[in-house]
Amino acid sequence: MLSVSALMGSAALMTMSDDAKASTEWAEHFQKNYRLMTDEEKAEARTRLERRYSSEYGKKVSVDTTGPQPGVLMGYALNVRKCIGCRRCVHACVEENNQSRGTRPGEKIEWIQVLRMERGEFSKDKMNHGYPEGLGIQVGGNAYTPAGQVLEGQYHYNPEAVPEKDATYMPIACMQCEKPPCVKVCPVRTTYREADGPVVIDYNWCIGCKMCMNACPYWARRFNLTTPVLPKQEMNPVTHYLGNRPRMRGVVEKCHWCLQRTRHDRYPACVEVCPVGARKFGNLLDPESEVSLILARKNVFRLKAELNTFPKFFYFYD
Amino acid sequence: MQQLISFTTDYTRYILKGGTKFYAWMGVLSAFILAMLYVFYLQNTDGLIVTGMTSQISDGLYLANLVFLVGVAAGAVTIVFPAYVYHHEGMHKVAVLGEMLAISAVIMVMVFVFAHMGRPDRLWHMIPPWGIYSFSSMLGWDVMVLNGYLILNFICGFYYLWCKYTGNPINRKWFIPLVYVAIAWALSIHTVTAFLMANNPARPMWFHSMMPIRFIATAFAAGPALIILIFLVIRKNTRFWVDDSAIKLLTTIVQFCLGIAIFLTLSEVVVELYARTEHANGLYYLMFGLHGLTGLVPWFWSSVVLMICAFVMFFMPSFRNDFNKLQIPCVMAFAGIWIEKGMGLIVPGYIPSPIGEVTEYHPSFVEWLMVLGIWAFGFFILTILLKGAIGIMLGDIKYGSQAVAAK
Repeated sequence: MLSVSALMGSAALMTMSDDAKASTEWAEHFQKNYRLMTDEEKAEARTRLERRYSSEYGKKVSVDTTGPQPGVLMGYALNVRKCIGCRRCVHACVEENNQSRGTRPGEKIEWIQVLRMERGEFSKDKMNHGYPEGLGIQVGGNAYTPAGQVLEGQYHYNPEAVPEKDATYMPIACMQCEKPPCVKVCPVRTTYREADGPVVIDYNWCIGCKMCMNACPYWARRFNLTTPVLPKQEMNPVTHYLGNRPRMRGVVEKCHWCLQRTRHDRYPACVEVCPVGARKFGNLLDPESEVSLILARKNVFRLKAELNTFPKFFYFYD
Repeated sequence: MQQLISFTTDYTRYILKGGTKFYAWMGVLSAFILAMLYVFYLQNTDGLIVTGMTSQISDGLYLANLVFLVGVAAGAVTIVFPAYVYHHEGMHKVAVLGEMLAISAVIMVMVFVFAHMGRPDRLWHMIPPWGIYSFSSMLGWDVMVLNGYLILNFICGFYYLWCKYTGNPINRKWFIPLVYVAIAWALSIHTVTAFLMANNPARPMWFHSMMPIRFIATAFAAGPALIILIFLVIRKNTRFWVDDSAIKLLTTIVQFCLGIAIFLTLSEVVVELYARTEHANGLYYLMFGLHGLTGLVPWFWSSVVLMICAFVMFFMPSFRNDFNKLQIPCVMAFAGIWIEKGMGLIVPGYIPSPIGEVTEYHPSFVEWLMVLGIWAFGFFILTILLKGAIGIMLGDIKYGSQAVAAK
């Protein structure tokens, strides 16, 4: 198998013109799983990537390798009552995290979906408007409207103004589960939970088998069907190795709570951009943090709690 | 050593010789293999965007064929089991052909693993000591049991042929236990493949414990159906005679397993559609379509018709006993199960997505070429293996005598 991959590697090399790029990619090809790297190897991988990205995007790109800080467990809370469905978080996330933004189907990747949910339509004149189904059993009536149900394709809605009268909104993204099904199914352990909470991916170790995409109950993972479309001027040069550094073709990616920011005491981009303050982020181990206070005082729930994934992404309402 | 060299040269010389029919067949297969290599190159330069897969439907024809072919590989045990456990005369004569089929099917499975991956160049990441092997991953286990099955069948099959070739007696002390291990192992490959799908609570369509037995039932219908077809071809085109008793026993196995498979499908339909929760959306989409999208509906119903008609036809003596017409229900059963396990099981697992989104899967031309190419590759290997095995069984190649060309 090693010889097969080595052959492919050399085949890939021959198609490349730039010598420096080729030798970096060659070295990248044989680097270890990030978690097993020594500090020196991490530093090597980092300079290698910084050199490649800087030449590729024509600006100074930094690749952070800051690890988890002791005493930190990241947590997220979202106020579903406040969300107005403006989807600024979606776009801020794409800009911050260097997602692919092409136009062909499959080239556009967004990590956050704001699901638009019907309020339902209940009126007196529809009180008894059901229909008999099957063996004459009454179905429906007024309450048969799909209130609180997510209908398909309803995260690409484009209204003139938000919030809409007949809708509520439910933003979702990676839930950073404490018991992540995606981590369990990964055959090469390239996706794992960091000590401070987020579930991350070593993009250089991912084999693209997509088992994690089958396992995720929140549809949080995206596959790079092709080389990501990332215009030079739009590329965010402040990156983290396990976070928003540009990905390659054929690997899986997802939200990582902006490690490049949060490991340096900044909020994730979606929290920063939210105009109504629906999104809260903080340290679950600090009892005075905003997230801890919300968990202590508000009505909180987790999405698909019955699956025992234990998300660290909580929903709450006032 | 002398024997090994002469075995290799005799074997190679024998499989290279053949009539026009043989070369034409191999030529056609080679053309498809070349096409497959080209689309594999496309997939690894442009990326999987050249396929019909999306972030919603992250796997399609490739995973479907992979799952189906694991079943065909496991299905070879329907020959080996009666031959070695019940000492069935007719089966014993052809048991080695079943092992050859298993080898080809497992190789096809592995090529499909390559085809469906985003980064096949990194496959070594899962192989120690260079990579990391994860015991928690079902895909890891699947790769392990498949490789094990390949090795077991290779050893059992070629040791048997080797003994026939050299005229040495078979060392039953280790050969028979190894055959028994291979029989149990056959069940394991398909069970683990079923777990690969079923162990995902995120996908209600797959998340049920009926999956392993259903996989095995369909495998033991589709596998022997293909074997019957191959046996009939062998009887027609070579001097090697497959006993009627072997074909008849296989027909019975196909029919019973097909009946069980149909029963399990119906059970699923009743359980899911009686309550008709959101978890039944995948099945509902498959059977009737959802939100006006009906891409899989013709696939499902054609599979149902094919399977039920084949089941009924196997009851009729005019089909069961007439080896000129037996091909018809066999082809129907094989095709019906291919659809049921592929378009009928893998794809609706993705529709709707875990957040309720309904999208459709349109396999691209590239995908179909890849699938055809890999099947052609499998038949290429199978032809070689069967030709060599038959040559040895017929005594055409034997240690110490000149190789004789087959018809």
